[in-house]
Amino acid sequence: MWFKATESCNCIEPQWPADELLVKYQYISDFFIALAYFSIPLELIYFVKKSAVFPYRWVLVQFGAFIVLCGATHLINLWTFTVHTRTVAMVMTAAKVLTAVVSCATALMLVHIIPDLLSVKTRELFLKNKAAELDREMGLIRTQEETGRHVRMLTHEIRSTLDRHTILKTTLIELGRTLALEECALWMPTRTGLELQLAYTLRQQNPVGYTVPIHLPVINQVFSSNRAVKISPNCPVARLRPHTGKYLPGEVVAVRVPLLNLSNFQIYDWPEVSTRSYALMVLMLPSDSARQWHVHELELVEVVADQINRLHFDGVGYVAVALSHAAILEESMRARNLLIEQNVALDLARREAETAIHARNDFLAVMNHEMRTPMHAIIALSSLLQETELTAEQRLMVETILKSSNLLATLINDVLDLSRLEDGSLQLETTTFSLHSVFREVLNLIKPVASVKRLSLTLHLASDLPVYAVGDEKRLMQTILNVVGNAVKFSKEGSISITAIVAKPESFKDARIPEFLPVPSDSHFYLRVQVNDSGSGINPQDIPKLFTKFAQSQAVQTKGPAGSGLGLAICRRFVNLMEGHIWIESEGIGKGCTVTFIVKLGIPDRPNESKLAFAPKVPGNHVSTNFGGLKVLVMDDNGVNRSVTKGLLLHLGCDVTTAGSSEECLRIISPEHRVVFMDVCTGLDGYELAIRIQEKFKKRQDRPLIVALTGNTNRVTKENCMRVGMDGLILKPVSVDKMRGVLSELLEHRVLFEAI
Amino acid sequence: MDVLQLQRKLREHQAAMLREGFLDDQFSQLQKLQDESSPDFVIEVVKMFFDDSEKLLNNMTRALGQVPVDFKQVDAHVHQYKGSSASVGAARVKNVCATFRNFCETQNLEGCVRCLQQLQNEYSLLKNNLQYLFRLQEEIQAAGGSIPTIE
Repeated sequence: MWFKATESCNCIEPQWPADELLVKYQYISDFFIALAYFSIPLELIYFVKKSAVFPYRWVLVQFGAFIVLCGATHLINLWTFTVHTRTVAMVMTAAKVLTAVVSCATALMLVHIIPDLLSVKTRELFLKNKAAELDREMGLIRTQEETGRHVRMLTHEIRSTLDRHTILKTTLIELGRTLALEECALWMPTRTGLELQLAYTLRQQNPVGYTVPIHLPVINQVFSSNRAVKISPNCPVARLRPHTGKYLPGEVVAVRVPLLNLSNFQIYDWPEVSTRSYALMVLMLPSDSARQWHVHELELVEVVADQINRLHFDGVGYVAVALSHAAILEESMRARNLLIEQNVALDLARREAETAIHARNDFLAVMNHEMRTPMHAIIALSSLLQETELTAEQRLMVETILKSSNLLATLINDVLDLSRLEDGSLQLETTTFSLHSVFREVLNLIKPVASVKRLSLTLHLASDLPVYAVGDEKRLMQTILNVVGNAVKFSKEGSISITAIVAKPESFKDARIPEFLPVPSDSHFYLRVQVNDSGSGINPQDIPKLFTKFAQSQAVQTKGPAGSGLGLAICRRFVNLMEGHIWIESEGIGKGCTVTFIVKLGIPDRPNESKLAFAPKVPGNHVSTNFGGLKVLVMDDNGVNRSVTKGLLLHLGCDVTTAGSSEECLRIISPEHRVVFMDVCTGLDGYELAIRIQEKFKKRQDRPLIVALTGNTNRVTKENCMRVGMDGLILKPVSVDKMRGVLSELLEHRVLFEAI
Repeated sequence: MDVLQLQRKLREHQAAMLREGFLDDQFSQLQKLQDESSPDFVIEVVKMFFDDSEKLLNNMTRALGQVPVDFKQVDAHVHQYKGSSASVGAARVKNVCATFRNFCETQNLEGCVRCLQQLQNEYSLLKNNLQYLFRLQEEIQAAGGSIPTIE
């Protein structure tokens, strides 16, 4: 080791003598290294400043420091190649030491930093990959959307027409366009169902009628699933056009198209999806393209295939439903019109029938009257003739005339009655009457005839039979008379008995008439009348005929006037109207006959309100009742009427006061007057007066009975009288007998309303 | 003329009046009322009727002569007359009154006037007949006989 100590320069010499060239090279390298080392941080700073984001500034600083120091070291090294002073050596050493420190620090820090930087890098790579993937997917979606749009357009096209041909053609066209197909074909099953016939193609306008058998394995395969199936381009259904391409033909796909037959179509019964017949749709991608069927395209095809017929069908279906609705509506309109027509016709018929009935009734009434008048004349004059001096022969003739005319008169009456009964225009006239008197009158009428024929006639009225009943007196009497008359007519000898009882529920089980179930109540009772005769009897077989009109029993052998045959029919009608029943029993010819009938009669409510039918003609009943000074008041503004009524009452022994007006009446009325007769012919005066009289006498016992005298025979007057609280009403003209009866009745019952 | 003849005449006359419809049953009723206590009942009533008739007929004439005619007023009079005639048994008069009332209701002036004329005719006929009847009765009574009643 050479150690040369110089005298004064404190220089340190290098260890060995340096080669000039080598030194030069080192010199230059160091220079450039320093330059580089100094420029790198500058660059870093420049670029970092440019980019705002840099997370590791501290690292940068450190790194910069390290580099700067390295550069400084190498720079200072430039001076150490030649002789240099100790200061330079010290600076050099300092720089080296610092550099060493910083380098080590940096090296240590990098251990942490580098993994982070690496991970950033990997993330960046990952993101880039992701972006690429997304781009790809975007592309896919766009294409799908396009195809979707195509399908919509397709279905729209299909829906816009109901014509199947158009639909299919359009489908093929649209599919072809959407999927950019080379060829698209539809094979339809033939009528026999054994073959598929080429029906439509896209490119060829007039497909030749190719047929293929339906049971090819490839076709079965396609038909067995609802997916689009790739098939070989060489199979018969796909070989549609001559192969022109140089390379492989495009992929072919076939799909089944379900066909819903319109003949299966019931309006409210959609056929099931599982139909038997399918058509085959074949789609070919362009040849010489490397295109392959993509999943979404296959899906599109499947969807379209499935929908074709359904769309068509839906459209047709809706139209069919609408048509059926229209048909139903039309039907109902027609039915309604028909009904209206029928109604009109019925109405017309009804009116015509009514007119006819009216005309008939009018005719009958007129004819009746016209017939009766001469009839009466004949009868009257014949009777008169009988009274005169006649020879025996003449007398016989006159008697015959009389009998015949009587018969005729009865017949006329019967006919009129029956026809009124038949068309239901007969209504019972309900009044309160005396049952006992009805029977007695019948007896009186029949007695002469019976005694001539030496028949004994007995009447037995039950003790519980009501004295008064409510019903149609005239018709009841007619019925009894008819029945008894028949009994007398058809008996040559023996006896006739009439029994009248109140029918009890037990006796209804008298099972001749099982369907008849009368129910007595508080307001009604059932009268049962039985007429027995010991006459010629009737053959039981003939009994039903008896009640029919005009039928005459052959067994009748009487010399008397033969019945017209209407009598019993009329009786039955009357009995039916009275809600009753009539029947005949006979044990046979010669064994007599029993006629029984039951009718429903009302029970009069209370004696006070009983409306007694007033029969002024009580024959031979001249009871000369003297009313012993009964004080009565007569109010009538007509002098003549007043005098007449007064005279009437005077004749009957009353003490009569008269008044010529309401005021006068009110003035002179007193509790001593037992009855007030007032005329109500002249408007409302009478009613007003009645009210005023009632007001005047508070207690009913004190006031006189108020009786109206009127010539008006209408219900309104009667109702008005009853409404204002009058006690009675009599119709003018009043005969002596009538007045007598009126007074008796009034004094007994305190009420009397004459039947109007 | 002797009583019997007079009585026969009376009977015939009464029968005729009944037959012709001048009188109806009501008149017989009136006759029944005539007894010892009121021997002239019928005549009194009939006299009253004649007075009433004349009064009413005058009223009717006047009412029909007015311009304008108050048919209600006329109807009221006719109604009264109808009542009176019914009470005495003047059948024909009563019937004409009924027709008259119809014309009043329909306000048929011509009909009313005709009816009035008819009424006046009927009334005079009736009056004459009744007066004859009463004269016969008087004569019979004067001759000492009794007046036969109509059955």
